[in-house]
Amino acid sequence: MTDGTAPAVRGSITLSAREKRNLAIAALVLVATSIVPLVSSGYLLSITTSIVFYTALATSWMLFSGPTNYISLATAAFFGIGMYVVAWGIELMPYPVLIVLAALAGAALAVVVGLATLRISGVYFVIFSLGLAELVRQIMTWLQHVLGTLSGLYVLTDRTDEMYFWQLLALTGLIFLVGWWIGRSRLGFALRIIGNDEVVAVHSGINTARAKVVLFVISSTFAAITGALAAPRWSYVEPTVAFSPFLSFQVVIMALLGGVHRLWGPLLGVIPFTLLWELISAKFPAQTTLLLGASFLLIVYFIPHGVAGLIEDTLRQSPIASIRSALARWKSRNA
Amino acid sequence: MDIIIIGLLLGGTYALMAMGLQLQYGVARIMNLANGELLIAGAFGTFWFFAASHASPFYALIGIVPLAFVLNWAIYRILMLPLVRRARSQGQLEVDCILSTFGLSFILVGILLAIFGGEYLSYSYLAQPIFILGEPYGLNRVAAFLGSAALCIALYVWLHHTRAGLSLRAVSVNPSAAGLVSINVTQTSALAFGLGGAVTAAGGGLLSMFLTFDASLGVVFTLKALIIVILGGVSDIRGTIVAAFILGLAETAVATLVDPGLTLAAAYVLFMIILLVRPEGLFGRRST
Repeated sequence: MTDGTAPAVRGSITLSAREKRNLAIAALVLVATSIVPLVSSGYLLSITTSIVFYTALATSWMLFSGPTNYISLATAAFFGIGMYVVAWGIELMPYPVLIVLAALAGAALAVVVGLATLRISGVYFVIFSLGLAELVRQIMTWLQHVLGTLSGLYVLTDRTDEMYFWQLLALTGLIFLVGWWIGRSRLGFALRIIGNDEVVAVHSGINTARAKVVLFVISSTFAAITGALAAPRWSYVEPTVAFSPFLSFQVVIMALLGGVHRLWGPLLGVIPFTLLWELISAKFPAQTTLLLGASFLLIVYFIPHGVAGLIEDTLRQSPIASIRSALARWKSRNA
Repeated sequence: MDIIIIGLLLGGTYALMAMGLQLQYGVARIMNLANGELLIAGAFGTFWFFAASHASPFYALIGIVPLAFVLNWAIYRILMLPLVRRARSQGQLEVDCILSTFGLSFILVGILLAIFGGEYLSYSYLAQPIFILGEPYGLNRVAAFLGSAALCIALYVWLHHTRAGLSLRAVSVNPSAAGLVSINVTQTSALAFGLGGAVTAAGGGLLSMFLTFDASLGVVFTLKALIIVILGGVSDIRGTIVAAFILGLAETAVATLVDPGLTLAAAYVLFMIILLVRPEGLFGRRST
């Protein structure tokens, strides 16, 4: 997924020069970003935090929905579950344990949803995911009602904004690493075939249901962990906020804007969209829903392959690319 | 007994909105995730009409239905048709439709929020008891049920006894074969999509007589309509009606016996059961 080369044979850990280069670039970007809290604590930190936050969510969304073309509208459900696990347990358990629990809770929900819908057809999955956040919200509200706890919960810890930032950044790095690993594994290869033509995939002996469920679980677990990390920062958790459909929507729109067929695609969508969003919510606070919907339609109609697709198309047509391909042809003739 | 009668009354009103979605999904092949928002728009329109004139909400439908038809027809021609043309496969079309109607739903919510604000709305119409088998029920529920039943029957007769209805059913069975017998598939699909939207908005107007609603409730109704259509089998109108009653009964049972806040859970449980037991729906045929 990181480049156009054929997937490596299973078990081999030899990296091509190109892969080494990409890994080095990724590591460099990660290190460069991690310095941000040291040099700034105001606006720059807050906007970078937003960007990293949405990159984590959009990239983990893309891990599943990108190769399979199954649109998941349920990010908020998993995110909210992660958040609630932390909110409920913060008085009882240390925070790191809660992050693990949140991941497990998200994974468990994803297994149930995946097993019920992904064996049949993509449409059922989309429908199921459409109302999932609302369903979980209803159940949470009901549970709190039955248990007699308050509907809003406070998550008070001594974690600073800087720690939150580094945690998110580490998670994002992990997501990229997992995404890269999936891309060169048999699983990733199977998923690309499923995305192209599911019938062909079945006939080549791929257990399509298993591959889809596994990937959906991975993707949803990351969303749950993001929720768990965000809980102390939001400090007050209640069902309408934690399970907001807005979040699912934002994640999908950012990933689509960036492009979902490259691991770095969502990142290209998150950066401009977060900046644009700051502007919109500052200038037109009452019309955010309307504007969000309108920008979504514009992306679907005019940039169907995202910014990443645009960039690749331009590169393919650029003079440099034609020279490069001519060189390659010349080399192969002389070889 | 209460549960059964209230459930049936609710199911009858659900049948209408699900028929709207079924026309859009079954005939026009557009998975419309903005369907529930349209229903809410119908409810808002009726509310606004009632608040302004205090005349019967049924009169509001006279204006809402044609308006919703034109709006949906335009949505199909302007927004959906380019997607239908650009799609290389049914799967691609489905993804594009889901995304664009999902965006559309947020636009509709945004417009409703801008006009009516974010509060919960309801109005009091025919809020008097009517006695069925010695038990009191809200007259507004019964009126909404009767209105919905009348529209359902009219739609059913139109689909089965007119030439236009026949061509709609033909497109629903097989669009490319329908094209071969000189049915204009594009026009018929646009008609079905517009009609579906009109029926959904009418359903919203009727539901508003006894339901409290706000701008963000649309997604819940989209989901209910989708579950009803899948439960009934996508291309069968009888299945849709039966499924609507099942959902109405299940929701009422959960709301009365467990908690009124868990109606969506009831719908999901039904959905899970149908997915596990009979994914093609009650009246659907297993695809080969």
